[in-house]
Amino acid sequence: MNLSLSVDSWTTTIHARPLGKLFDFKEVYQYRDLLRMFVKRDVVTFYKQTILGPLWFLLQPLFTTLIFWFVFGRLAQLSTDTLPQPLFYMAGIVCWNYFSECLNRISSTFTTNSALFGKVYFPRIVIPLSVVISNLVKMAIQWLLFALIYLLYLGRGFAVGVTPYLLLFPLLIVIMAGLSLGFGLLFTSLTSKYRDLVFLLTFGVQLWMYATPIIYPLSSISLKYRYLMILNPMTSVVETVRLGLLGVGTFSWSYLLYSVVFTLLLLVLGVFLFGRVQRNFMDFV
Amino acid sequence: MNALEIDYVSKKYRLGEISTGTLSHDLHRWWCRIRGKDDPYLLLGDVNNRAEKAISDYIWALREITFEVRPGDILGIIGSNGAGKSTLLKILSKITSPTSGEIRFRGRMASLLEVGTGFHPEMTGRENIYMNGAIMGMTRAEITRKLDEIIDFSGVARYIDTPVKRYSSGMLVRLGFAVAAHLESEILIVDEVLAVGDAEFQEKALGKMRDVTTSDGRTVLFVSHNMGAVKTLCKRGIVLDQGRLVYDGKTDEAISFYQKCCRKEMNDKQTIREAGVRVSPDIEIFSIRINGRETMCPVLDDFENVLKIEVSGRIEKRTRLEIEGRVFDENEVPLAMFSPGHNRRKYKMYEKGLFFLQETIYLSSGIHRGNYYLCLDITNPGVEYFFRVPPRIRLEIPGFISVKGNVFEYRNGNGFIQLFDEQYLLETEKLSRLQ
Repeated sequence: MNLSLSVDSWTTTIHARPLGKLFDFKEVYQYRDLLRMFVKRDVVTFYKQTILGPLWFLLQPLFTTLIFWFVFGRLAQLSTDTLPQPLFYMAGIVCWNYFSECLNRISSTFTTNSALFGKVYFPRIVIPLSVVISNLVKMAIQWLLFALIYLLYLGRGFAVGVTPYLLLFPLLIVIMAGLSLGFGLLFTSLTSKYRDLVFLLTFGVQLWMYATPIIYPLSSISLKYRYLMILNPMTSVVETVRLGLLGVGTFSWSYLLYSVVFTLLLLVLGVFLFGRVQRNFMDFV
Repeated sequence: MNALEIDYVSKKYRLGEISTGTLSHDLHRWWCRIRGKDDPYLLLGDVNNRAEKAISDYIWALREITFEVRPGDILGIIGSNGAGKSTLLKILSKITSPTSGEIRFRGRMASLLEVGTGFHPEMTGRENIYMNGAIMGMTRAEITRKLDEIIDFSGVARYIDTPVKRYSSGMLVRLGFAVAAHLESEILIVDEVLAVGDAEFQEKALGKMRDVTTSDGRTVLFVSHNMGAVKTLCKRGIVLDQGRLVYDGKTDEAISFYQKCCRKEMNDKQTIREAGVRVSPDIEIFSIRINGRETMCPVLDDFENVLKIEVSGRIEKRTRLEIEGRVFDENEVPLAMFSPGHNRRKYKMYEKGLFFLQETIYLSSGIHRGNYYLCLDITNPGVEYFFRVPPRIRLEIPGFISVKGNVFEYRNGNGFIQLFDEQYLLETEKLSRLQ
């Protein structure tokens, strides 16, 4: 032992009620390799257990787009802001898939990992973070598919154009990640004790999609109700993504700012609750 | 200077079903709090209370545990089931947090609560070493540096690039333990991992643990029911009983304290019938006596080690009935079996109604001094069990006394135990007379 250590040189102290840091960046950084391993595990095991492997990442948005194209585009003839319908739907679907999939998986963090959490300590937040990151890989593949279809339309002479708002793309992805993380942490913290909230979430996410301009543009909503739509923090994100990629969409800096502030507040709340629940979670299950 | 200090650590659990009624409890509690009233569900108070008197849904799994460990020590933690050992380890490894109190330590603490945590069946042994190591807090570079050593120690080098779903359970444990043992943590928590794996590997694991403490000055907390392993590994032991630390001292003393305190508990509280479990609804047991007493610690005759077992009860169908018994040593290793019907191929039939069974077990005369545990089964041999008493009936063999008055005892091994029934003895006696 190093004798120069003073009496107070404890490196770890476990208290009943730690004067909590909201988020222990240092600790999470120490476990960065674990984060990487979880991301790798997510992606790699997806390959190994399925016949089609990463092809599923593509089939899912492709088929959803086809269905939406048929049902909402052809049958219901909803407006797509003058955009080619497949591109319009697909841009929304890729965004929404990322958000909803992260949200669903993070919401069950405690229940699906209880066996692991019961055996060993690591900062629990690593698991939700790994979900957000591994789904980024998936989303990237889906955007590649989108790009292919995009090129197809360009080749056929459609005047679709990228706008400078595309530069906001990284921020938009961060907002989506933050929203799904925030809501997910909130839900997993609450459902660890009150299981019935799981049902609320599963159909809630389905309904939520219809409250987000995925199958219709925000511009088709009358000004009277538009502020209601804007309250949904995903609305401005999806609209801005479309504006950046396809050149048509409703955009306002204030809408975007609202989403950013909403995300930050939500994250603080989610991380706070998650931190409280993780300390005694094993006692309830 | 201590490696680990535990100060007045208590842990409270809520009893009963957590999911139902809790929302209303929480709302009620919240309502009381905003009105400035006391928490209505915290009957036991915060630190110091008499749990026995309070009527509450909460129990204390740990109460004011205080001890410290010096670097390089191997501390054995013993106690019966429910004494709080696992809770203590869970708090130490930060899986759950204490209700009150404080724990301080230096460096990393790694726990082997269950080895192979986080193994993914689809990933190869090598990938899982990284995964498992990362979960325990190792960095990638650290694992890479030790990879060869880990693979070598695990002894599964041939299969290291095979998905672990093809591994046997023994191989998984080897691999998991190998990773954990190479984790450079200042404090290592080991809980019953040695239960799996073959003898060679257990020996290797125990040796590794000893090396870890002697050469690296690391601290090990070792929890086990295996008194033999505790005895050989640890210099110091603490005994937990009902959430309290009741003994802290040398391992030998701690073990004997533990055994005495358990014995006291058995004598006071339980009869053999109460310790048993009714497996079949067809039977009702009125009493089980050994040498005329119903307690879990039968009194043995000084010179003749005879167990006279009497069981009375009622049976709801016509069946064969027999008493079977098995003897275990202190490490729960089975030593001998008593099943006269099996050996004789002759069973007694009992009609529906009241019954009375009687068997006499003769322990072999050369039995070594020590404590043994007996379990009893009331059974229809080979068909079904009716009533089972777990191996907690304690036989204290005082050793046999030679003509000069010395007590014979053997330090190593348990000697040779045989259980005979009367008929066997009579037959052998007849044989010897004939000869």
